[in-house]
Amino acid sequence: MELALAVLVGVLTTCAVYLMLSGNMVRFIFALALLSNAVNLVIFAAGRLTYAAPPLIADGAKAPADTVANALPQALILTAIVIGFGLLAFTLVLVHRAHQTLGTVEADDMRVAEPASDDDEAR
Amino acid sequence: MVLLTLALVVPLATAILTFLARRTPGLQRGLSVAGAAALLAVSLVLGAEVVAGGPIAATMGGWPAPFGITLVADLLSAAMVVITGVIALAVAVYGLGEIDPAEERIGHHTLLHALLLGVTGAFLTGDLFNLYVWFEVMLIASFGLLALGGRPDQLDGAIKYVALNLVSTLAFLAGVGLLYGATGTLNMADLHGAVPDLDNATVVFTTAALLLFAFSVKSALFPVFFWLPASYHTPSVTTSAVFAALLTKVGVYALIRVFTLIYDAGMPLIQELLLVAAGLTMLTGVLGAAAQNDIRRILSFHIISQIGYMVLGLALYTPLAIVGAIFYIIHHIVVKANLFLVGGVVKKLTGSEDLARIGGLWAAAPWLGVLFLIPALSLAGIPPLSGFWAKLVVIKASLEAEHYVLAATALVVGLLTVYSMSKIWLEAFWKPHPEPARAAGRGLDRGESWALLAPIVGLAAITVLIGLVAAPFYAVSTTAADQLLDPSAYVTAVLGARP
Repeated sequence: MELALAVLVGVLTTCAVYLMLSGNMVRFIFALALLSNAVNLVIFAAGRLTYAAPPLIADGAKAPADTVANALPQALILTAIVIGFGLLAFTLVLVHRAHQTLGTVEADDMRVAEPASDDDEAR
Repeated sequence: MVLLTLALVVPLATAILTFLARRTPGLQRGLSVAGAAALLAVSLVLGAEVVAGGPIAATMGGWPAPFGITLVADLLSAAMVVITGVIALAVAVYGLGEIDPAEERIGHHTLLHALLLGVTGAFLTGDLFNLYVWFEVMLIASFGLLALGGRPDQLDGAIKYVALNLVSTLAFLAGVGLLYGATGTLNMADLHGAVPDLDNATVVFTTAALLLFAFSVKSALFPVFFWLPASYHTPSVTTSAVFAALLTKVGVYALIRVFTLIYDAGMPLIQELLLVAAGLTMLTGVLGAAAQNDIRRILSFHIISQIGYMVLGLALYTPLAIVGAIFYIIHHIVVKANLFLVGGVVKKLTGSEDLARIGGLWAAAPWLGVLFLIPALSLAGIPPLSGFWAKLVVIKASLEAEHYVLAATALVVGLLTVYSMSKIWLEAFWKPHPEPARAAGRGLDRGESWALLAPIVGLAAITVLIGLVAAPFYAVSTTAADQLLDPSAYVTAVLGARP
């Protein structure tokens, strides 16, 4: 199971890096979604994959009777998902707004904030 | 300790109140300044407490460490929070004279205090995952501040800033997850004991490298600094100044904290990476600045070169070098914020930040020239201003560690800094205005000059004070460095005394 997850994380990361390197901001958003899921899976796998019971303690007991799953990595992932979702939504709106204002989603064509260079004059 | 919570509650409450008061601009401005002043007051009390009694810690929600989230302040954290308070007050006041009312209405004050909340939280947390959360709070607030106004150049800069910073936070998160998987804890004091016990060197190095990458992007180290000069000159001057003062320094703080408490910066390969990155950061930053013609772009590149000095202090990893790094951070935050604020007044008076299109300020406003020269000469390291002592300690430490090339780099970069500063001086102040008809420029009205000049004068006074009375600041840096290199007091404050 760990091996399958490791391969999946690798595939997701590869796709994300490939998309990011294209310079197209829409592809970058997809890359961001893939990469944050890859990272979430890393945390999940790092918290140990077990077939154990949910971490519930019986009435009156002070500790669970059997081995239980570790709930903390899942709490971390939930937090990361919430934050990641917010940031992804912001990035989507930002890219949309940039497309409206600058008329492009190609990072290489976004030169408004940079001083004019010789390349620009040559175009 | 209620003080630690208060340092977070004050900016949070201010952010909420300024949001609620968004329809009454006068009240909103008052709340913003009052909130910043309260943050400074709380931070000063916190600082005094830590100086007197050593590190203090508090657990949240009644969960004892290492299970719950801990807030902890040792001397470095406390000093950083104090300096955050100083900058908060300076930019809150400056914003009164500079921020466009439309931007105030859509949330400048709220986002500013949310940013301060994230910064303060990052300085005070004792938990690695919590540090990630504070980074995100800081990041999302800075995204908002950067794009506020929505001008084309702002959106352009924001895209690059957002893209690179998000990638770095994901690396941070992956590092935190792996470290938890290896040690079973996220409490930094607990990790201090757990990481050296790991027998898997691959895990230690992988997590260290992921965190190093993440914090390097945050602190704009070579070669991952490109988001900074692409964006810092685009928002309002107030926003630029608070970014320049605090954001990259949170990255440097995280580097120092993680690579003294959890790992040590002297570990093989990491130390070499840090040393090389520090040298190249100093050099590329200052060379990048030399090629620019816009005041804020010059200053942005100088942030990068100055970050190199601080990281050099960490990378050398000798007691003196850490002292130098801490002293450098304290000095740099004040000076850098001030230079951006002066740049804002130059823009107000002349209507531009492009050095080719302005001039004649020495004739029109000699007082501004003096106010520019204090932080500018300090940045370059001219005695007796604060930058001289900061550079002296770092360079002395690199000589003692026999890193002569890095010491020479640091000296040359200091010289090139003088070049950039004199360029601004000659172009903006000394040469006559290119259009004589507009030479007089517009003056500042009474309210504006109070709001804009009081913070500049205040920060310049601090710079002179650190320069003339360096001893107490040096003593604080020394104690802070001692606490970093021997974190037993920090660990005891968090985990309690252990047999």
